[in-house]
Amino acid sequence: MGADRAILLIVLLPAAGAVLNGLLPLFWPQLRRSEALIGTIGTAVIAVPFVLAVTLFLQGFSEPEVVPFYTWMGAGDFSVSVAYRIDHLSLIMTLVVTGVGALIHLYSIGYMHGDRSFWKFFAYLNLFIFMMLNLVLADNLLVLFLGWEGVGLCSYLLIGFWYEDFKNSAAATKAFVMNRIGDFAFLLAMFILVREVGSLSFSAIFAGADQMSAGTLNAVVLLLFIGATGKSAQIPLFTWLPDAMAGPTPVSALIHAATMVTSGLYLLARMSSVVLMAPAVMAAIAVTGAVTALVAATIAIAQTDIKRVLAYSTVSQLGFMFMASGVGAFFVAIFHVVTHAFFKACLFLGSGSVIHGMHHVERKLRHEGYNGAFDPQDMRTMGGLKRFMPQTRLTYMIATLAISGIPLTAGFFSKDEILFKAFEFGYDGHAFAWFVWAVGIGTALLTAFYMTRSYMLTFEGTSRWPRAAAVHPHESPWTITGPLMVLASLSLAGGFIGLPKLAEKLGLSNWIHSYLASHGPVAEIAATAHVSTGMEIGLILLGSLVAVGGVWWAWRFFARHELAGDGHIRVRFGGLYRWWKRSYFWDEFYGKVAVKPVIDGAEKALAPLDSAVVDGLVNAVARMALRTSSMVRHLQTGVVQAYALAIVLGVVVLIALMAG
Amino acid sequence: MLAEPLFIVLSTAAVIGALGMLISRNPVAGALWLILTLFCVAGLYLTLSAEFIAVVQVLVYAGAIMVLFLFVIMLLNLGSLPLMEKMDWKKGLAFALCLIVLTQLVFVVATGLEMLPAETGIAADAGSASTIAKSLFTRHMLEFEVIGVLLLVATVGAVMLAKRNFV
Amino acid sequence: MEVALSWYLTLSAVLFVIGVAGVLFRSNLIVILMSVELMLNAANVALVALSQSMGEVSGQVLVFFVMSVAAAEAAIGLAIVIAIFRNKLTVDINNINLFKW
Repeated sequence: MGADRAILLIVLLPAAGAVLNGLLPLFWPQLRRSEALIGTIGTAVIAVPFVLAVTLFLQGFSEPEVVPFYTWMGAGDFSVSVAYRIDHLSLIMTLVVTGVGALIHLYSIGYMHGDRSFWKFFAYLNLFIFMMLNLVLADNLLVLFLGWEGVGLCSYLLIGFWYEDFKNSAAATKAFVMNRIGDFAFLLAMFILVREVGSLSFSAIFAGADQMSAGTLNAVVLLLFIGATGKSAQIPLFTWLPDAMAGPTPVSALIHAATMVTSGLYLLARMSSVVLMAPAVMAAIAVTGAVTALVAATIAIAQTDIKRVLAYSTVSQLGFMFMASGVGAFFVAIFHVVTHAFFKACLFLGSGSVIHGMHHVERKLRHEGYNGAFDPQDMRTMGGLKRFMPQTRLTYMIATLAISGIPLTAGFFSKDEILFKAFEFGYDGHAFAWFVWAVGIGTALLTAFYMTRSYMLTFEGTSRWPRAAAVHPHESPWTITGPLMVLASLSLAGGFIGLPKLAEKLGLSNWIHSYLASHGPVAEIAATAHVSTGMEIGLILLGSLVAVGGVWWAWRFFARHELAGDGHIRVRFGGLYRWWKRSYFWDEFYGKVAVKPVIDGAEKALAPLDSAVVDGLVNAVARMALRTSSMVRHLQTGVVQAYALAIVLGVVVLIALMAG
Repeated sequence: MLAEPLFIVLSTAAVIGALGMLISRNPVAGALWLILTLFCVAGLYLTLSAEFIAVVQVLVYAGAIMVLFLFVIMLLNLGSLPLMEKMDWKKGLAFALCLIVLTQLVFVVATGLEMLPAETGIAADAGSASTIAKSLFTRHMLEFEVIGVLLLVATVGAVMLAKRNFV
Repeated sequence: MEVALSWYLTLSAVLFVIGVAGVLFRSNLIVILMSVELMLNAANVALVALSQSMGEVSGQVLVFFVMSVAAAEAAIGLAIVIAIFRNKLTVDINNINLFKW
C-alpha cells in the first residue's frame, strides 16, 4: 500500500468512526444500548490506523513525503491545499496519538459502561483523534490550525460531557475561552506569515524565513509561542487545564495529558528551524516553561483531588518540555512528549480505575444508608487501596516512579536529557539556561515528592473511607487493567529510545536524536563548548539522586504520617501553602482583572445603552415597517383589474425603454 | 395576387370579431364573436402557408377551448350583463394606456423591421406537419414531454377544482 | 410572401391591444379569460409570421406549445370560475375580492 493511501486511511477511519458512532445511534435509538458494537467500532477505527502507522514506520523512509489531496482554497497567488506530510516527526506523533488513543478507547469501554451517552462519548473521542491526526499530519499551518481548532472543540465537548452539572459546563467554557486567546495569537502569526511569505505550507515558510526581518521573525515566533501556551497550558493561560478534569477520566488521559496539550510542543518542533532564528523568544520560552513547571509542581503538593494533582503535574511536565524547546532541544521535547504520554496516560487511567472503585464504594455506602458527603476523587477518603486493586496499584506505582525519574524508567531518560540540554546550553554561555536548569532540578525533586505523595495517600496506609471495614472496592475489569499494563510496561521501557550521550561510549546511540534531528525534520543547535564526560556522569548522578531522594523522602514521610503529613507541610510553609492550595490565586486574579470589569462594564455602561439606543433602533424600525405597510396595504384592493392596469403600465414603460 | 385581398378580408373580419367580443353584453355572443376571430386567424395562418398550425388552431381553439367556454357559460346560466358601467378615472386611464400600447407596438413594428434578418421566403414545406414534427421530436423533445406532463397536471387540477365539495 | 410582414405584425398588435382592453374593461370573469385567449392568439400570429419570414421552424413549434399552455390555462381558469361561482353565485370580478387587505 502506498503512503498516500495509508495516510488517507489513517486520517479518514477515525472520521468514519465518528460519523458511524454519532449519526447511527442518533437516528436509531435502539443502537445506543449496544455498547459492545459501539465500543468495538470506536476502538477499531483507531487501532487500524495504529497498525498502518506501524507499517509505515517499519517501511521507513528518508525523505518527507507530502500527499496533497485537493486545493482547499485558492485566491490569486495564494492557495492552500489539504495536504498531509509524513515525515519522522509526524509519524512519531501519529504513533503516539493512535497507539495511546487505541488503548484509551479500549479502556473507555470499561470505564464508560452503563453511561447514558456511551455512543456520544465514542463519537466525540473518534472525532478528536481525527482532528488530532489532522493537526500532526498537516503540511501547512492552515490544516494544522483546522486540527488545532478541532481538538479544541472536542476538548470542549468532552470536558462538558456531563453537562447537566453546571460546574462541568462552566469548566468546558473556561477551557474554550482560554484557548481562544492563544488561538488568536496563532491566527495573527499566520496573517503575518501570509503577508511576508505568501504561503502557509511548511516548506515555503522554512525557505522564506531568512528573508524576514528580525523583528517580524521574533513577532511570528512569539505569537506562535503564545498560541502554544494556550493549548499546552503554560503560564499565563494554564488555569483551564485543572478545571478540565471535570470531564470523564479517559478524556483527561487522552486529551489533557497525552495528546492535545502536547500540540503546542509539536507546533514548536515543527517550526523549529524558524524558532531557532529568534533566540530572544527562545529564552522567553525556556523561562516560561521553567516558571510554569515550578509553579505547577508546588500547587500539586497541596491538592487533595487525585485528578487535580495529575492535572498540575501535567502542566509541570509540559513546562519541562517547553524548557527543552527553549534551549533548542526540540527533539528532547518530543521525546518527553512520548514518554510523558506513556506514564501520564497510565497515571490518569490508574486514577480512573481508582475512581471507578471508589464509585463502587459510594454506591455500596448509599445502599447501606450512609448519607454523608463522599467524593470518589478525594485522596483523603482513599488509602490502603493496594489490598483491593493490586493491578491498578502496581501500574500506578510504576508510572509514579517513571514520572519521578527513577533511573532506567522512561521519565528518567527524557527528563535527564532535558536537564542536560539546559545545562549544556548554559555552559555554552547562555545565562538564562542556568536558571532554567536550576529550576528544573528543583522541580524534579518536587515532582518525585508530590507524585509519591499521591501514590502513598491512595494506595498505602489505612483505608479512610467511612465503614472501611465492611465496604471494599474491587479491581476493575480487563478492559481497564489491560491498557494500564501496556502503558506501565511502556513507562518502564519507553525511555530506551533516547539514551543519553554517555551511552555512545558503550557503542549505543541516541535513537530518537538520530531519527528526529539528524535524519529528521527537527532542527537543533549545535553545541559549541562540549560538556566533559565527567561532568555528564555527575549530572546523571545528580538527577538520579534527586529523583530517588524525593521518592524516598516522600515515602518515609507519608508512610509515617499518612494524611497528617499534609498538616505538617502546611505548618512548615504557612502562608506559602495557602498560595499553593489556591493555585497562587490565579483564578481570583483573572476574575478581578478580566472577568469582573467586563461584567461590570456591561452592566453599568452598556446595559442602558442597549435598552435606549439598540432597542430603540430596533423598535423604531419595527414601527416604521408597521406604519409604512398600513399605508401601502391599501394598494391591495383585491380588484384584479387594478392589478392588470398596473401590469399594462409596466408594459408601456418597458416597451418605451426597449424601443427608445 | 390572391393573398393580399385574402389578408385584408380575413384581418378585417378578425378585428371585427375581436371588437365584437369586447363590446357584446351577452357572454354567449362574445364567445361566438371570438370563434369568428379564431377562424380568421386560422385562415391567416394558411396565407402564411403554415398548414399544420392552421389545422391545430381550428381543432384546439375553435374545437376544444371555445366549446369549453360555451359549455361553462351555459352551465352557469349567465344572463346578459348591464351595459358598460359608468366611466370612472380608472376606465379612462385604462383606455389611454391601451392606446399608448397600440401606438408603441405599431411604432416598434414600423421602426424595428430592418433589424430582422432578411426574408428568406417561405420554403415549400415550411409549415407542413412533417417539418414541425421533425423539430418537435428531436430538438424539442424534452419540452414536448414537459408539455404532456403539464396537461396531465392541468386535467387533474381542473377535476379537483370543479368537484362539488372542494372548497 | 406577398403580404408584407409588417402587416401581420400590425394585425397582431391590434388584436393584442383589443385583448388588453377586454381584460381591463370587462367585469365578467369568463369574458376576461376569453380576452386572454385573444392575446395569446395575437402573439401566435406574430410568431408564425416571423417564423415563416425567417425560415425558422422553431417559431411554429413555440406556437404549438403556446396552444397547449392556453388549453391548460383555459381548463384550470374555467374550473376556478365554476368553484367561485358555486360559492359566491357571481362571476363579476368587482364582487370577487378575496385578497382585499
